[in-house]
Formats: sequence, C-alpha cells, structure tokens
Amino acid sequence: MTFTRREFIKGGVSAFTIGFAAPAFLSDLAVAQGSSRRSLVVLYLSGGNDALSMLVPYTDSFYYSRRPTLAVPAGSVLQIGGDSTGKPLGLHPRLTTLRQIYDQGRLAFVQRTGYANSSRSHFLGTDIWSTANPGNTTGDGWLGRYLETLPSPVDPLTGWSTVRELPHTLKADRVSVPSIPSVAGYALQSPNTGIEGTYSRAGLEAFASHLPPERPHLSFVNTSIQAALATLDRVGTVATYVPTVAYPTSGLGQAFRAVAGAIVRGIGTKVFWVQTGGFDTHASQGVNQANGAYANLMGTVNAAVGAFYADMLNQGLIDDTLILQFSEFGRRINENASSGTDHGAAAVMMALGGTVQGGLFGTAPSLNPGSDTLENNSNDVRFETDFRSVYAQVIDNWLGANSVDILGGDFRKPSLSFI
Amino acid sequence: MAPFVEHLFRRAAFGLSPVERDRFARGYSDRQIIDSLLVFDAGATDVDGAIGTPGHVGVTIGARFTPNTNINQARQRWLFRMVHSPAPLQERMALIWHHHFATAQSKIAGVYGGADSTRLLAAKPSEDPTGHRGQIELFRQYALGRFEDLLVEVAKDPAMLVWLDGRLNVKGTPQENFGRELMELFTVGVGFHTEEDVYAAARVFTGWNLRRTNRGDEAGTASYEFNYRAAQHETGPKEFSFAIYPSGPTPNRIPARSAADGLQDGLDLIHALAVHPETARRMARRLWTWFVSETAPPDEAFVASIARVYLDGGTQMRPVLRAVLTSPQFGDERNFHQRYSWPVEYAVRTLKEVGYLGFSVGDLLTPLLNMGQQLFEPPDVNGWALGPGWFSTSAMLSRMNFASQLATNQRVALRDAARAHAATPEALVDFVHDTLTLPDPPPPHYQAALDYVRAGGAWTGSDAQLLARSAGLFHLLAGSAEYQFL
Repeated sequence: MTFTRREFIKGGVSAFTIGFAAPAFLSDLAVAQGSSRRSLVVLYLSGGNDALSMLVPYTDSFYYSRRPTLAVPAGSVLQIGGDSTGKPLGLHPRLTTLRQIYDQGRLAFVQRTGYANSSRSHFLGTDIWSTANPGNTTGDGWLGRYLETLPSPVDPLTGWSTVRELPHTLKADRVSVPSIPSVAGYALQSPNTGIEGTYSRAGLEAFASHLPPERPHLSFVNTSIQAALATLDRVGTVATYVPTVAYPTSGLGQAFRAVAGAIVRGIGTKVFWVQTGGFDTHASQGVNQANGAYANLMGTVNAAVGAFYADMLNQGLIDDTLILQFSEFGRRINENASSGTDHGAAAVMMALGGTVQGGLFGTAPSLNPGSDTLENNSNDVRFETDFRSVYAQVIDNWLGANSVDILGGDFRKPSLSFI
Repeated sequence: MAPFVEHLFRRAAFGLSPVERDRFARGYSDRQIIDSLLVFDAGATDVDGAIGTPGHVGVTIGARFTPNTNINQARQRWLFRMVHSPAPLQERMALIWHHHFATAQSKIAGVYGGADSTRLLAAKPSEDPTGHRGQIELFRQYALGRFEDLLVEVAKDPAMLVWLDGRLNVKGTPQENFGRELMELFTVGVGFHTEEDVYAAARVFTGWNLRRTNRGDEAGTASYEFNYRAAQHETGPKEFSFAIYPSGPTPNRIPARSAADGLQDGLDLIHALAVHPETARRMARRLWTWFVSETAPPDEAFVASIARVYLDGGTQMRPVLRAVLTSPQFGDERNFHQRYSWPVEYAVRTLKEVGYLGFSVGDLLTPLLNMGQQLFEPPDVNGWALGPGWFSTSAMLSRMNFASQLATNQRVALRDAARAHAATPEALVDFVHDTLTLPDPPPPHYQAALDYVRAGGAWTGSDAQLLARSAGLFHLLAGSAEYQFL
C-alpha cells in the first residue's frame, strides 16, 4: 500500500493553514463545492449478510429443503410482491419499518449483486467491494476516488466515517476522511488551561503544518492531525443536535443519529459511512427465534435505518438523502451442521431515500440444484448484476460525477433505474 | 545512548525505561544487547507478583484482583507486564501472535460467558480449575518457539475452537471457518490455496472439538479442553492443490484413515503448511512489517534470507528473530522511525519514557479503545489494520489526548526532572527530545518547540513556568506525528 501525498502536499497545505484560523470559511467552501445538499450514506453489513434470510424466496421449495431449520416460514415473511419473472419474495419478519418504506416506493432491492469468481474471503471480498476493482484491491476506494474529483482543496469534512478505522472505500491518496465514532469524544485536551491551552493548540498546529515531501508517511499522520484540528469546532455543533425521533441505543442507531445531526447542521459532509457487524453467521444463526442472532441483526438494522429515515423525512431532507447498503458476499445456500451458513457468493443490496424509485431489481435465484442461477456445484447463488453497475448508478445520478472515470470502465446499466 | 540501542528497544521491546537506559548505556556490544532481549526462559519471566507494589505502574483493582475472570483486569495485567517484564520481547511477540491469530473475547463470552471466556484467553494454569492455560499464556510460552508447534497448539486451543467454530466441526457437514483462516491468514496466504482446499481442510479438522472438564456449580468454574472426537471425523481421503507429502506417491492427498487415527490428518496438514515455502516468505514479509519498516516494501534479500532461516531451523522463531534483529536492513538508519506504532506500543512506550509512578494502566483502557486497539478484542480474525490504518483523525486525536492525560498526571515529576535543564528553552527542548528518543528535529519542528516554550513572554525557568511548559512540551512532542513512529 502506498500513501503518496505529494500532490496533496503541494496543493493542500495553504488550505489547512487557513482552516485553523477560519473554520467558517471552510464551511462555506464545503457548501460551494456541492452543487446540492445531497448526502450519500453507505451502510456496510460486515461479515457477509445472508441474502436469502433478508429477502426470502418463500415459494422456492428448495429453499426449505436446503435450509430445514434456518428457512423463514412462508407464513412469517413480509410479502413484497414478485420480481420481474413473477417469483414472489418476502422480507425477514423483523424488517417491518423497511417494509413500510418499500410500500411507499422508496426502497429498492438489487438482487444477486456481485462479480465473477466471487471471493469467499471476508478480507479480499471487502477489498473488492471497496475498490470496485477485482483486479487490484490495494488501491484507493471508489468513494475516495470520487472525493478526489472534487475541486481542490477538498474540505476535510466532505467525508465522515462513523467507525474508528477509516474504511477502504473512503481511502484516497489526496483526501483525508475523518473518522468520528463519537461526536462527544471528539475534543482536544491539554495539560494546561486558559491561555496556556491556546499555546498548546498553536504548538500542535505548528508541528502538524510540517509536511516534508521526502517523508510522506510522516506527512500523512500530520494531515490526520490537521484534519482533526480543523474539524473539531464544526463537529462540536453536531453534538447539540436534537433529533425529531428517538434513535435506538445500538451503535448503529447512534451512528445514524450523528449522521442526521451532521446533515441537519449543514456542516458540508457529502459522504457518510456507517457500519454494523455480526453477519458472519457460521453457527447458531437464529433466523427465526425471537432473540436469535440473525433476527436481532435484522431488528437492529430495521430500527436504526427506520429512525434515520423518519428523522430525515421530518426535517424535510429525505429528498436529499440516499442510503446505499452492501455486504461483502451472500452466504451458502445449504445450512451447515452448526445451524449456520458458510461464505457464499451473490449478495443483496438496498437503496432507499426520498427520491428512490423503489422495487425489486434483478431476479431471484432458483435454488434448484443445477439451475444456471447458481454456481460452485450449485452451492452458492451466482451474481446477475455487477455491483459496479449499482455504484455507477449512484455516481452518475446521485453524486453527479462520471462513473466511467471513477470506476475505470462503463458499468452503466440503464434498467437499474432506482435513482 | 547509541541510536541503534534506542531503535532496538523501540522495535523489540516497548521503549527504554530510565533503568534500562542506565543498564545499557555502556559496557555492552550491540550483539550482547540483542542477546539480552532474545534469550529468556519463557517460564521464568513472571512479574505479576510486583502488581500493586511501590515503584511500579499502578493497576486499578477494585474489590478483588481476578485477572483470570475479569477481562479488564486481564488487560491491565498484560499492560503491566509490558511495562515491567524483564523479557519485553516475549510480551512483544505475544502481542504479535495475538494479532496474527486474532481472537476476540466477545464471541467466546457470547457462548460461555464473561468469566469463562476470560479464563480461556488469559488464565495462567494455576488460575484455572483444571490447569488450563489461556491463549495469551500459550502465546507467551511459544513467543520465540517453533511456529509449527504454535500452529498445532492454536488449532487445539479452546478459545480458537470457539472463535473459529472448530468446536462445531463434525462429520457430514464440515465447518469451514478454521480451515479457511489457517491457510488464508495463519500460513500461506491468499493466492496459494484454492476454494477446494478450504473444503478439504474443513474435513481434515472434523472432530477437533471441545470438552467441558469441570462442571462447576458457580459461574466461572467450568473449564474446557481440546477433545478429538473420532466418531465425528471424516475418514475419507482429502485432496489439496499443494503437496502434503512432497516425497510420497500421492503427494497432494491425505489418505483415508481410520477414525481412531484421524487426528493425524490435521497434524499432517499443519506440518505441510508450516514448512510451505510461501508460509516462510509470507512470515518473512510480515516480520519486515512488524520489525523493520512499514514505509518501504519488503526487501527481497531480507525476505529470502529470513525465509531460509525459518525453513532451515525447522520453523523455530528464536533464530528467525535473531536473524531479523541482526540483519543489515534492521540496522540501517534509513529504517529507523519508519514503523507506525500500534496503540498499545505507543501507550506503553509513552509510559516508559514519560513516567508512570502514580498512573494506573486501568486509565489506559479507554484511551486504547479510542485509539483503536482493545486487547483481547481485535476487530476480526485478520487482526488490526496496521500502518496508516491506525491514524484516523479520531484515533490520532485520542493519542494526542492520551499524551495530554499522562503529561498532566506526571507534571510534578516532569517539572522536577526538567529543573536540571531549565536554563534555556533550548536546553528544555533538547531534554524532552532525548527523553522521548526522538530523532533530531528538522528546523521547523525545533523552532515550533522553542516558540511554544517562549510563548507569552520571557523564559525565566521558574518553577511555575517549568510546571506548565515541561508538561506542555511532553504533550506536544509525545502527541506529535514523529513520536507515532517507532
């Protein structure tokens, strides 16, 4: 992995220097950089979400024969109609709020998303989905590349990761995206108070302004310090946000609450990252039990996304908001002996927002062994829609950028008209 | 202090305490100092008896100190050992194996509860009802032992058998989780095994399960041990894309075996993986990252040489580490300060160099969480995202804030230590640089440090000035980008 920031160093130092003195200016800059107030919120379900438990082919007899204990009973699913071939599908019973949004026509599912020779590795799979480049997974993330298309200097709050580690998707050569898992904890301490504290902050800023071109790694750390110092005050305004709905206390719920605060306060962020884990359900998957592992995962997603959607709706900002969900792969069709499922192939994606054209995109697999919708000796679901076609739709029609440039190829698929 | 010795202690220990600084200041050759780090009796390095005694970093104990059942106390005990161990490389290697075989307590706690899961990870044999040795004790014991033995022990380790679901791996419906990561993460890596190998490896380890050995009445008295269940082992042959028996007639096939002999399948696979040339090269590349440099790609000559030592020595790690620490690449000054510190390394080094008397490692736990490294809770089986991955804005802010917290805590001691260097701002800045083993600062940094000391008026070196500015300067420099590198 190389982190060459030389171009950044040439073009970016003066912007940061100004930023310390005048955060309001940067805020104006952020607004000026966006032709709209549109926000993209990427939701990553980490561990490999079991697509067949989320979007259930409840009339496929092989679904029941191959998952004797894990299949969602047909009578329990939340029916949402059929795909273009007429195959009926239903949501996991805990997705009640998402079903309402679906019924309002603002939630789209893209079934069987993936790529050829799907990796069953969490790490390689995540890197492929992050870079949108199965051939070279060590480069910048696809949204990092998008951020680099924005006019320089890019405001340091243009992206916001709500998890501690910067996700690969947001990694870029010349743009540093802040990780802000806790708005309240995002404050600067000093051994001394009063005027002594301001000397300390000035000292930190002076040290961090040193970006020697011959030491790009040191410069990289200094850009992190600069980004922290330049964003403290604006992030502080998010801490006082009072939402219009009660958010769940889960980590995911609180992350969405922070995102809502940032959007409502208008601090200039265009791309947010939220994430929740636990989807690597090799054992005791608990799809159907009231307190089962997967049932709880669906409950967590439903409550957090539902609260955020309602809050944005109440704030009159839902038309400027798009949530895009993905996971690194779907899971094996047959359940294993541990009442779980192993790593599989094609995944399901969701997009929701006030201007989303909802519905079921793509077709469901047939789980009948031998079906050409399957692969790996019919053990896994084969992809139908390249995940980069979904990204292309978002890049072209939501972010207003050029997907061919960012994805390094033409993955546009006009029928994928969810946005 | 010789720059190489400071470098060695940043990389192969956790920095230099004043005591170590005095001890190695003169009279020892570099080789002797390297030997002093490499040669230790893994069973005789216990400093736990010093916990809670004067002259050591504090531990926040509460009503009872039970690091075998309380995970936060287990974390504190390990941090205490890192600060005070007479064999710091042992703790350093244990931390590295904890990253390499990353196992998180939360999943085990979800199955067996907090107390039992803590014991599976952190208990000493004397602290377990059946004498079980927790995973970290395994890593400490095999810190510089034979890697193949470590792999076998890990494959049988109860915490690992829960973490990667080996306890559920049975005949008919094999569990792939452990077999996959054994190849992808623990040995050969991506590109040197196939999806079919994963399925075969899962079958190899069928029956490698767990047994509860003590059904205690009160919570926290149960224990678990490895149990090979012959009846759950798949006895058929297993085909691999690489050789298991290089000189055999069917090198790529583990033959059909009776269930009673089926344990041998796993031992054969582990042996083949341990001595696989790609494992040797991958470990050499990882050692480069862990010990030599993260800013330069692995040097090909280094990789070839370390891989050879690894294979020639039958996967013994002590000769491998000796070869790493005595390599020309490790000693090359261009590789000094080129390794991004892990949060635990950063925090322990800061304690050792800034001071710890009156500070508790219990007060490290929240900062470490915010910096992105909670012991016994790696984010996934791939371990932590090393290198630049540690340096998100919030994590960096947490490092700066920890430097502030410690400097505030140590302010009186820092003032006292600085009195002998209070004559001029230059003397004070030099003193702090030396204490922190920082490289010579570039002129803008040096000027920034001087500007800070002089801010707001003339420097007099009064106690009041020293109290504010020595702590302030330690905060600035321990929170600087330069100090984040080892």
